[in-house]
Amino acid sequence: MKPTDIKNPDYFHKVVDCQWACPAHTPVPEYIRLIAEKRYSDAYMINWHSNVFPGILGRTCDRPCEPACRRGRVEEEPVAICRLKRVAADYKSDIKDRLPSVPEKKNGKHIALVGAGPASLTVARDLLPLGYEITLFEKDHLSGGAMRTQIPRFRLPSEVLEEELHYILDMGINCRFGEEITSMKALLDEGFDAIFVGTGAPLGKTLKLPGFEEAKSNIHTGIEWLANVAFEHISSIGKKVIVLGGGNTAMDCCRTSKRLGGEQVTVTVRSGFDEMKASPWEIEDAINEDIPIVNFHVPKRYILENGRLSGMEFEKVKKEYDSDGRRLLTPTGEDPVIIPCDDVLCAIGQENSFPWIEKDLGIEFDQWELPTLNKNTFQSTNERVFFGGDSALGPDNIITAVAHGHDAALSIHLTCQNEDINDRPSPITNLSSQKMGIHQWSYDNDISNDVRYAVPHAQKEKTLNDLNLEVELGFDEQLAFNETMRCLNCDVQTVFTDKLCIECDACVDICPTDCITFTNNSDEQSLRGNLLAPAPNQDQDIYVSDCLETGRIMAKNEDLCLHCGLCAERCPTSAWDMQKYLFNTAKAEHACQN
Amino acid sequence: MSYIRKPKFQHPDLQPNALGFTRRDYEGTLTTLCGGCGHDSISAAIIQAAADMSLEPHRVAKISGIGCSSKIPSYFLSKSHGFNSVHGRMPSVATGANLANKNLHYIGISGDGDSASIGLGQFCHIVRRRINMLYIVANNGTYGLTKGQLSATADLGSITKAGDESLYDNIDMASLAIELGASFVARSFSGDKQQLIPLIQAGLTHKGFAFIDVVSPCVTFNNTDLSAHGYKNTWENYVSLGQIDFVPMREEITTSYSAGKDKEITLHDGSVIHLHKTDANYDPSNKENAINHINTHKKNGEIATGLLYIDQSMADFHELQDTVDKSLNELNSSELCPGNEALQNINQTFK
Repeated sequence: MKPTDIKNPDYFHKVVDCQWACPAHTPVPEYIRLIAEKRYSDAYMINWHSNVFPGILGRTCDRPCEPACRRGRVEEEPVAICRLKRVAADYKSDIKDRLPSVPEKKNGKHIALVGAGPASLTVARDLLPLGYEITLFEKDHLSGGAMRTQIPRFRLPSEVLEEELHYILDMGINCRFGEEITSMKALLDEGFDAIFVGTGAPLGKTLKLPGFEEAKSNIHTGIEWLANVAFEHISSIGKKVIVLGGGNTAMDCCRTSKRLGGEQVTVTVRSGFDEMKASPWEIEDAINEDIPIVNFHVPKRYILENGRLSGMEFEKVKKEYDSDGRRLLTPTGEDPVIIPCDDVLCAIGQENSFPWIEKDLGIEFDQWELPTLNKNTFQSTNERVFFGGDSALGPDNIITAVAHGHDAALSIHLTCQNEDINDRPSPITNLSSQKMGIHQWSYDNDISNDVRYAVPHAQKEKTLNDLNLEVELGFDEQLAFNETMRCLNCDVQTVFTDKLCIECDACVDICPTDCITFTNNSDEQSLRGNLLAPAPNQDQDIYVSDCLETGRIMAKNEDLCLHCGLCAERCPTSAWDMQKYLFNTAKAEHACQN
Repeated sequence: MSYIRKPKFQHPDLQPNALGFTRRDYEGTLTTLCGGCGHDSISAAIIQAAADMSLEPHRVAKISGIGCSSKIPSYFLSKSHGFNSVHGRMPSVATGANLANKNLHYIGISGDGDSASIGLGQFCHIVRRRINMLYIVANNGTYGLTKGQLSATADLGSITKAGDESLYDNIDMASLAIELGASFVARSFSGDKQQLIPLIQAGLTHKGFAFIDVVSPCVTFNNTDLSAHGYKNTWENYVSLGQIDFVPMREEITTSYSAGKDKEITLHDGSVIHLHKTDANYDPSNKENAINHINTHKKNGEIATGLLYIDQSMADFHELQDTVDKSLNELNSSELCPGNEALQNINQTFK
């Protein structure tokens, strides 16, 4: 193998598994250390700059960081990254004076944002401090998009939502709320320098089975129903409720039903329990609220009694695989199952919809009705029009929408400054030694062996009777501290200087997880097999040095490194050093500095 | 010295041995030696060797004298018996322990000061008495614990960090051991675990006195370019007899060996040492050859390493003394005190 190029900003970034996995690339270990130091506001601001909605995401994020967490590979459970983020939001002091200032003198460019969800608000946040004038259109009379309409208040309290929305709205946005855009052409004609579309995936699917027409007043689309609950248009539901679907929307629907009068709430999914799309913790929360989840039940028809919905018929299926290994659901042949119900909530997916974008504006759409985009710039085939969030690439999550927003804001900025939209600024990185003394580091390398701490919940008797009472209480400061001590500090990198190495094996001997090997060089695959402990995880790199005095190389398997720094503590020549790698994606403000 | 505990997390694919232990279970406390000390690599090699052989930790006794080397029994096999004795007196304590319980594995750890200076007499006698044990000298050619004076194993002309030149020829511990009648003599280098680990395993399995002289650089006081015992000189000048593999008795032999160049030595318990020799003419059962081999390389400024000498026919101390098979703590009172009749029989022989 060739020596590893650690100057490539991606190399060490990839070692920070959580940050690499985060769509917005939030510097996770850095803010976790700040929480351990009780520097909650500092931790909050790191989050705010990166993911814009720390308090909201600390409660609702899909947490792509956690399955990636190295702790999950060396122990069982990842660090509770998401709920630590909430700790930063819960315990911070007033941070308003830390928000970027918005110049009174504008730069003369005017941007329209369509839809006031996380993607649009991120664009606004990035562009307002640069002097852009922003007009935000929203069909509802309140901002927040899916964060308001699709996430129930018992998971995300109003005050948390409002606080973080207002950090941006208060920067000075022309809000045109309650105004649904019905023509892109008309919007383009208003003369905006750029238009950003962040309208989400607003169309919920319904299941049109026999009996649908007759029963449809009691069949609801999940996301629309949740939005109506959020806007207090709906405040009750029948005693018996069936929720169709196994995603996070289904979990929100069933738990909301339980709070609006549903006594027998049942979730049914077509496939197996282990194939459900909902996040494991959301499924767990639903189960904790005594909501049965029935799997391998395929809905067949709506049953009516006296002209009114009275139940649904399901066919029981089992999982089989055909000769090509494809998963099939084949009927078991058992009698159909009838589940009585007063209302049905369909949470079986949502779709994009752009009826308001005329076909002759040069904005192309693909076969799935999604806009044709440059996936780096989020620019559509009309160079003044950008997309982000669910409306760009289909339904995903809040943190992905935020990441799109940052990238789109940068693109809009480059376009408005007449610069090359593809010539994007490099990420902002910093690699600095953490050495304080012979065996002292400026980070706490004595990590805790504790297993993951659970977030305390409010009493079920109370939460099930109050739609707006938050279920999760969040970590207290002591629990939060204990949890932070589980973080391995993967951003504190093991940096190797081959010229200093005397090949004494001190690092090899001390490494708790057998990461380091001195061996003869070969191609990557044979090297992976020849290490002290084999390195089969191809997603994780091997850090390879240049040729050493004996002709061998140093090869380090990044996969299971605990970043404990013992290799560097035992190294007599400081060939190993622990260096903190800070990585931040370049945002519009950084292009401005250039 | 590192202050933190070594994290307990281990490689998830670390395979347990026949006893269900992984290598990590054979570790000791975190080392307090200087980072880069060769002695830590010897500890690591012993840990790996013991884990690979599925040694029962409670059937091992570690005995040492005084010096940096003699600290290392703390850093491996923390579940084993240990005795940190008096300077140069490890052989006496090991002999006594071995007399009392012949059924343990004995690992004696000593250094060049402990064995070649203050304890040289003791060393000579334990070799001569053929105590069944593995005796390791962690040899760095310097008195590291007293800040870098020349030791008796420092090569002629070797220069200390402070600039003192060694005016005398060194005591070659391996040659000395062969001369005195050790039945297993090897030399290795702390930096070459591929060689050191099988040698430790073979030495622990060998019945009789097994000696390994390990060049183990003192990274703080004797690691200059002018030192014969530094990493640089040792990497450049150590000459191996070839790759060595140890296959414990219970394991199936899976590697293929080429006839002629390779030699198999079957030990008393059925374990096998495979020698892939670089020098086909080298015969490790020939004493004179072994000493010549060491001297020839020494003249060239080289360090001869590998399994230098082995003689499996030699009776060990217990065989020569015809001791009881059991360890003394296993003897019951009737065996220990056979009664008046037995005493009368003994007395009769003196009449």
